[in-house]
Amino acid sequence: MQVSATLLLELGVILTVLTVLGTAARRFALSPIPLYLLAGLALGEGGIAPIPAAAQFVSTGASIGVVLLLLTLGLEFSIGEFASSLRRHLPSAWVDVLLNAVPGAIAGWLLGLGGVGILALAGITYISSSGVIARLLSDLRRLGNRETPAVLSILVLEDFAMAAYLPLLAVLAAGGTWLQALLGMGIAVSALGVAFVASYRWGHHVGRIVAHPDNEQLLLRILGLTLIVAALAEFVHASAAVGAFLVGLTLTGESAHRARTVLSPLRDLFAAIFFLAIGVSVNPADLVPMLPAALLLAVVTAGTKVLTGQFAARREGVARPGQLRAGTALIARGEFSLVIIGLVGTSLEDVGAVATPYVFILAIVGPVLARFTGTGGRPAPAR
Amino acid sequence: MEVNEVLLPGVGLRFEFDNRDGDRIGVVARRTGDFEIVVYPKHDPDQAQQVFRLSDEEAEALAQILGAPRIAERFADLTREVPGLNAGQVTIRPGGPFVDRPLGDTRARTRTGASIVAIVRDEEVLASPGPTEVLRANDVLVVIGTEDGIAGVEDIVAQG
Repeated sequence: MQVSATLLLELGVILTVLTVLGTAARRFALSPIPLYLLAGLALGEGGIAPIPAAAQFVSTGASIGVVLLLLTLGLEFSIGEFASSLRRHLPSAWVDVLLNAVPGAIAGWLLGLGGVGILALAGITYISSSGVIARLLSDLRRLGNRETPAVLSILVLEDFAMAAYLPLLAVLAAGGTWLQALLGMGIAVSALGVAFVASYRWGHHVGRIVAHPDNEQLLLRILGLTLIVAALAEFVHASAAVGAFLVGLTLTGESAHRARTVLSPLRDLFAAIFFLAIGVSVNPADLVPMLPAALLLAVVTAGTKVLTGQFAARREGVARPGQLRAGTALIARGEFSLVIIGLVGTSLEDVGAVATPYVFILAIVGPVLARFTGTGGRPAPAR
Repeated sequence: MEVNEVLLPGVGLRFEFDNRDGDRIGVVARRTGDFEIVVYPKHDPDQAQQVFRLSDEEAEALAQILGAPRIAERFADLTREVPGLNAGQVTIRPGGPFVDRPLGDTRARTRTGASIVAIVRDEEVLASPGPTEVLRANDVLVVIGTEDGIAGVEDIVAQG
């Protein structure tokens, strides 16, 4: 086996840069995602330091990153939580869609993006980042707060909505007709139903198939199963991401707990590569003319998310400061918006050009605003 | 005493109750096994003030201090006194998922609310076993809890 010194060196330098950026972000209790995007921009086409040898690895790693992101997301949620969120917060979910997807769609229309682009941009402005926000709530020590269940319920419902949305978008982005797209969505939603039933009735059997006392075995089994299901999902045009999400949902209890433990280091690595790859795929020169549009869209949809959070928190009987806390917590967009950009990236470069800076802005501004609102004038303590 | 249970999707559970002094106390039980103890100030009952965080092990130690041993001593009386509380025995079958794994791995109390107060191994009785106690085939667990809780422990031990 020939070892490519250039590849190892490039990867090593990339990872070192990412860790420096990540540490810097964490120091200010910010999400590292925007910095990873920035690093990607610098590395890609038209950037300051192209990476010819590592490019192949980065693009392969990115697809694994998406699968792992969605798998671990599925592991976080259970059907019981989804059902209870649905019962309590269905109206909030409708408000969420209405207030946050519509501005994206209008922006897409004004930018002349066409049907698929409009749909993609609507999804990008709709979906808050459950990864960033869940971590934020924990860092700001707000898990005990009255408004927190409302915020988390919104996140669960958004993530489940993605299971129907992504296949629709995937088929349309690949040039399919609306009929094919609806078929893909139908398949994904039925698969979601099957995964629900499977997890509810036979979850422990699925758990037993992959369960093994040895961590290495457990890792290989879960990863193997997930990649196969993701490939099948991609094959029927239902998006690999959705397949991985379903596998995560089906695993429950002890096996899910252990899977989270063994998968998270791997997830962290490949998710970072994925964020980097999104940055690489965008040409910085394309961004400049789109910056004002992205900024305007960010301001508008930050506002609509605040309204959404206030609405949801009010349903829980939370007073005004708490409502505001819930609203600002929801502003951050992140990994899911980037998954959408990745999905349409190859076919529609304009979406990436406006949406990448958009996510970049809100992934930074969201956590900062959340930190400084509703705490009675003083910032919440750093960790 | 009334304990309120609130679901935190993707994170875990939160328990809330008022103590005798009228303080509202919350316990966030995270899926990771960590706990956060909070109090709600009277001027803004929506915003929790964190008192402290506990790791899995620390929480177990605190639980022991607060009364788990007492339950072990008095469980016979207790099951007679408290309607709905039962004691049961659950056998660890050879080849089961928790053979040669620590008791804590079952997360039985977190998942079912039932407590494992003793392990009977051959002639020996291990009273109030800690989470690090390694289970062996043919161990008998003495479980206290509701009927459903005990059945839940049986399921966990049989199927993981």
